[in-house]
Amino acid sequence: MSNFFNKSDLTRQDTDKIVSETLKNCDDGELYLEESKSESILLDDNKIKSSNYSSDLGFGFRAISDEVVAYSYSNEISRDSLKSSSENIKSTLKSIKGTYNHEIPKTNKKLYEHINPIEQKTLKSKLEVLNKVNDFLRKKDGSVKQVTASFAGEQKSIEIIRSGGEVITDVRPLIRFNVSVMLEKNGRKETGVYGIGGRQSYDDYLKNDNWKNVCEEALRIASVNLESKPAPAGEMKVVLGPGWPAILIHEAIGHGLEGDFNRKKTSAFHNLMGQKVASEGVTIVDDGTIDNRRGSLTIDDEGTPTERTVLIENGILKGFMQDRHNARLMNTKSTGSGRRENYRHIVLPRMRNTMMLSGNQTQDEMIKSVDKGIFAVSFGGGQVDITSGKFVFNCTEAYEINNGKIGSPIKGATLIGDGPSILREVSMVGNDMMMDPGIGTCGKAGQGVPVGVAQPSILIDKMTVGGTKL
Amino acid sequence: MVKDQEFLKSKASYCLDLAKKMGATDASVTVGHSISETVNFRNKSLEASDRSDGLALSIETYLGKRRSSISSSNLLDENIKTLMEKCFETTKITPEDEFNSLPDKNLLAKQISNLNLYDETRFENDKKIKYLKDLEESASSDNQIINTESSFTENKSNFILANSEGFCDGYKTSSFTASCVTVAKDENSMERDYEFSSRRHLSDIKQATDLGNKAANATIRKLNPNKIGSEKISIIFDKRISKGMLSAFASAISASAIARGTSFLKDKIDQQVFANSINVIDKPDIIKGMGSQNFDSEGVNSNTLKLIEDGILKNYFVDTYNGKKLNLKSNGRSGGTTNLYFENGNISYEDLVKKNSRSLYITETIGHGSNIVTGDYSVGATGFLVEDGEFKYPVNEITIAGNFKDMFKNIILANDLEFEYSVNSPTMMIEGMTVAGK
Repeated sequence: MSNFFNKSDLTRQDTDKIVSETLKNCDDGELYLEESKSESILLDDNKIKSSNYSSDLGFGFRAISDEVVAYSYSNEISRDSLKSSSENIKSTLKSIKGTYNHEIPKTNKKLYEHINPIEQKTLKSKLEVLNKVNDFLRKKDGSVKQVTASFAGEQKSIEIIRSGGEVITDVRPLIRFNVSVMLEKNGRKETGVYGIGGRQSYDDYLKNDNWKNVCEEALRIASVNLESKPAPAGEMKVVLGPGWPAILIHEAIGHGLEGDFNRKKTSAFHNLMGQKVASEGVTIVDDGTIDNRRGSLTIDDEGTPTERTVLIENGILKGFMQDRHNARLMNTKSTGSGRRENYRHIVLPRMRNTMMLSGNQTQDEMIKSVDKGIFAVSFGGGQVDITSGKFVFNCTEAYEINNGKIGSPIKGATLIGDGPSILREVSMVGNDMMMDPGIGTCGKAGQGVPVGVAQPSILIDKMTVGGTKL
Repeated sequence: MVKDQEFLKSKASYCLDLAKKMGATDASVTVGHSISETVNFRNKSLEASDRSDGLALSIETYLGKRRSSISSSNLLDENIKTLMEKCFETTKITPEDEFNSLPDKNLLAKQISNLNLYDETRFENDKKIKYLKDLEESASSDNQIINTESSFTENKSNFILANSEGFCDGYKTSSFTASCVTVAKDENSMERDYEFSSRRHLSDIKQATDLGNKAANATIRKLNPNKIGSEKISIIFDKRISKGMLSAFASAISASAIARGTSFLKDKIDQQVFANSINVIDKPDIIKGMGSQNFDSEGVNSNTLKLIEDGILKNYFVDTYNGKKLNLKSNGRSGGTTNLYFENGNISYEDLVKKNSRSLYITETIGHGSNIVTGDYSVGATGFLVEDGEFKYPVNEITIAGNFKDMFKNIILANDLEFEYSVNSPTMMIEGMTVAGK
């Protein structure tokens, strides 16, 4: 655990005093202290291209009065710095007459070990793995023209000090291992990317030479794309594979169910609570409590323990994801969804691991039922306009379906749909729910946070595929 | 107050001295300080205020051809020392790379001209509040607007870049940014749009009422959209979107993508890649320019580059490392483009919109649909159907797709270029792209 006060002229008692005095008569707020250590090591073009270590330390001081949030951060943990943040906050909140909400639930289960993944594997052995990846891929296939492989590791320690001196802490490990490969054959170039990660040590993910599986998957995707034909354009049936394609759920549904957009009534979902927004059999949860997952948190960045929040149950809209601020203004409770990228940013309601649960049909049945459509297996990124509800995501591995059979691979195309109505087009839900491999980062208001997704195979009856072939 | 040059220089030289003492053959360090103050409004009242005060340090140490780097926000000498030791230990075991080196000494910037990138005016939060009140008052004057969110950010930054070749320079910059997002609603639909203005000097920021009106009008006209059928159609890209084409082009001609072979524009120097009427320029010395710089992130002098001349590719964006790989001299673009723009075309905006009897005018795209390796392009889009120069109705939930190789050769530009951002383009038309809709 970081000791934020041992190299500062600031004592814990001083801090408590400044925090309590600043937040007096505010509705909520806290001092958030954070220290993070991170590394990234990159092999590219046959060489170790970069090796970077970074350490970051700072605080963010927040005070909330009614609907107004005052925030001030600094990376100097000192008496002067905290005092000037406090003055800054007080000058924004001119007339404060709230009642501080002391209630914060206690957690009892840690979802990850107290480790620093960076220190748990020597730099030498990380370099060794990266070089093995490069040699393995280049030997395996003569058309490999470029290999990029990387490690990213982080340990983030946080301490939340609330008015009255309550202290909540967490130490969060996070790692990611990524391989990207480019093939060139007959003048055509295509890439394949695959990665794994979560909140355990590097070796937990790399045991039994698992790096080879990552390489093979990246290579497989690139090889499929070398054979791809132009994608079709227009509305058709779409079968989505299990796992990572659930970023469709994240974009189409997830963002629109975050508390802030619904409090402000700018989400296409704000007036649909209790209504049918999806086909029967569709249940979606946002779960922050799965051991060691990338999107899991023992407590959120306001100190609330995370939970499994039911968003849609058997087709009916049941819940939004809330941080403390939006929950208070909407007369409900935080769902442990208050997150921030780091101390430089304010807390927003965010997703953790967003999951569509299994039904009882098989992927085979889905494909057989489609006369003309596409089968999408892997995706790049996605994006949503939460107000109009329109969302997109980009296929990185997809195939045509003709008369119930999987046909040729097709080029990367964007799929576009309408969030509030897309789930009503789901006509089959598979029995094969799978988590993604631990690679997702969600962006909102300029802040990136690690998230997870999961889903079974699903059949969507109508969606627009943005190819070039009419 | 943002920290002065003396403070940053003392930190930088502390790092360089330490690197030398430890036995590093070379080192380079950047120290920066930035203060930002933002006020957010929503529906005509204060929603949030945010003050950030951040120091940042990044150091690279070399041992011959070995190199590694660290970065930190903690500038206490004791912490810097620990990190430097860690950095140098890492350098020792990082494999050699023949292309690792500081920039050639004779390419380093020697004279720093005053580009007027710093405006010391303090725009107090009370004044920001007044500006945002006026802005939201005009943004919400139509009753179809049901939500307005706006913000004003004032930023002041200073930095020093120093290396063991003796380079040591830096300068202050400022920016003022006002933005407004509005939501409009009718019985059938709810739509969002925005407008923003970002400038080095406060006095150049758009009028609050003007910005609010523009955001509101852009939003209201999107209400009640239709989806159109899938077809080949000529597409007009609003300036907001056409500048994105330039950004995609810039990543495809970065020396790193070229050296790695992961660009569809590799080996295309002196070849026709755009229509022959097209010129693309990157100009670092525009007075008050949002992308202006005296030198790049390695200290290398940067001059104006003609990237595309009469449609022909003339230059890549070159940094030291990838330059050495490609046997090219750095042209001061480590860290990317400066002020990048298309020169004006020779048709007016009005004539461009009327050019075809039927076209699609795109105002927003979503998704990450640009593939620099293959040149494939496919994004979600929102816009308007235009018939005989007239905006008929809004269109959404469609995608547009093509390949940059073909698209670049079919670009027609209007003559309405303005220098508002660091990347700027006139309105653009590309004929024969595919729209996927119903």
